[in-house]
Amino acid sequence: MAETVRRTSGQTVVNDMEALRQRARELLDAGTVQVIIGYANGSNRRVRPFFARRPEDLERLILDDRCVLNLAVYLRKPEVKALGKAAVIATPPLLRSILQLAAENHYQESEAVFLALDSAGNVLELSSAEQIAGVLGSLPGSTGQDACVPSADRMPALSAGSTDRQARFAFWKQEFERCIRCYACRAACPMCYCEQCLVDSNQPQWIPVAAHSIGNLEWHISRAMHLAGRCVNCGACSEACPAGIPLNLVNQFLADRIQQEFGQKAGTSAKLDYALSVFSGSDRETFIK
Amino acid sequence: MSETRSLRKQSIPSLLEKLEQNGQRIIAPQPAGPSGTPWFTDLDRERHIDLEQMTAVSPKSGLFPVVEEILRFRKDGKQVVIEGDKVKVQPTVLFGLRPCDARGLRILESIFQEGEPDVFLRERRAATTVVAFSCTAADPDCFCTSVGGGPGDTEGSDLLLSAIDDDHFLVEIVTPKGKELVELGAGLFEPAKESEQTKVLAAVPVRFPIADVLTKLPALFNLESFWQEQSLACLGCSTCAFVCPICSCFDLEDEADLKCGSRLRCWDSCGQRLFTLHASGHNPRSVQSQRWRQRVMHKFSYLPERGRKARGSAPAEGSTSLLGCVGCGRCSRSCPVDMNLIERLTAIAESDL
Repeated sequence: MAETVRRTSGQTVVNDMEALRQRARELLDAGTVQVIIGYANGSNRRVRPFFARRPEDLERLILDDRCVLNLAVYLRKPEVKALGKAAVIATPPLLRSILQLAAENHYQESEAVFLALDSAGNVLELSSAEQIAGVLGSLPGSTGQDACVPSADRMPALSAGSTDRQARFAFWKQEFERCIRCYACRAACPMCYCEQCLVDSNQPQWIPVAAHSIGNLEWHISRAMHLAGRCVNCGACSEACPAGIPLNLVNQFLADRIQQEFGQKAGTSAKLDYALSVFSGSDRETFIK
Repeated sequence: MSETRSLRKQSIPSLLEKLEQNGQRIIAPQPAGPSGTPWFTDLDRERHIDLEQMTAVSPKSGLFPVVEEILRFRKDGKQVVIEGDKVKVQPTVLFGLRPCDARGLRILESIFQEGEPDVFLRERRAATTVVAFSCTAADPDCFCTSVGGGPGDTEGSDLLLSAIDDDHFLVEIVTPKGKELVELGAGLFEPAKESEQTKVLAAVPVRFPIADVLTKLPALFNLESFWQEQSLACLGCSTCAFVCPICSCFDLEDEADLKCGSRLRCWDSCGQRLFTLHASGHNPRSVQSQRWRQRVMHKFSYLPERGRKARGSAPAEGSTSLLGCVGCGRCSRSCPVDMNLIERLTAIAESDL
């Protein structure tokens, strides 16, 4: 189980993992990077992020469909940055995040190296947003719903197509009741990079900090709106939530609406204007003209 | 052993009904959300109490709510009137806890009663009866036996129910409050026979030597590289603190308009950057490794030390009487980056400094 790579066809390939490790070893040996950020087997059948700094560490690297945590969050962590330049074992959701971060000027050219597998099992070494954008669509697992992530397909009443607003509101009200405001959703999100989050501001206090019904509703609406047009649907927020709230569905809903209204999708290009703050003469709304 | 009774498993619904009729609020683990993971909530109509899976979040909210109003204030001319001397609590049964959870409530109580006793927690505890169930199964994240507890431990419970066969529980009456509850359920409890005293308990191996953890921690404090390595993957998400039965840090928040408002006590966590951020901009715990160190030191060094001072006596070597951990394993299960606590405490016990 340890050495498997998920393919769209469902087949698993052990040799591909060896190819990834080999390329990682070359990068470490050549001094191109000082750390490989990937996944390893953790405790009790869980996976964990893994920081390989010596060639012998590389044996522990794995990649399978349990690897949902978005490793892009580590590119902003001071202790990880202090290790030196990183190569990251990349999944399509991670690469989408990098593209969106680049679009927001939060990923600098060649800041890190990304190692991904193409559908033939070849290792791709990517470091610029252009390179990522060029290959992303052809990578295995880059289209369709990502495994492990709660999907709207399993909850038809919640999909963007459903018009039953009351049912949706009742569902989310109930879900948000369980929120304990730990902000694990924020910590696990690569797009939540603000030095000071709006909920951490107390002058003014934009939204209530307390985990009561109104506070939770305001937090989740704010979180969703701040990610509208920016979320790449990696599912890390839902994975991290200790209360099991399928948070990414809210973001997915907004992502679908943004695509309908503005014809754009986060994580597809490094040259993407923020849909909700850019004025275009061709906008359908007339109030601003 | 304390006074005992026998209770048939099929009598549980009738017992709950009797308690409700008596005006008791019942909080029990019930499936919630799309995943169906049990959650401590008010007993609903479905009454699907899940005693098998462990809840993601501990039952500490029964005594220490996620949000609690501690006072109200309003402007009356040029005066500010403060109202907040009354604690309103309803008689409550916390039902379906595990022995580790019950023990956690005991520790939570001692933390809140240190110095000036906390009236909110005290009143809530006084109105609460804790009904725990011995564990018949444990998973590899459980380590109660490494920190002074056990799958059939009675500490913190008012009543402890333990399976003796497929149809019966042995009921241990631990406190007078437990006895009152048994009296409320009169007719359902029967005398326990001699042959019905052997509890079926989970085997929970000792995972690490706690005495070594306690002895080695003070010297490890300044070894920054050690804490950095332990917490390299830590996202600072605070899940560990929020699911923990003992973590008790809180934040005081005022919610007010121009005329009146209320002061709320809300759960907080030392894992957050904001927790120690000063108004000047300085942060004494500026990186995550320092926050992780704080979490470990607080539970396994500062709390035992404070307990020792409070008792004014020299502790027995490796005493586990006031640890900030009961080994429920929730932090390990919930951590999105698998920072397994047993693994980290083992590394501390094995460190050679």
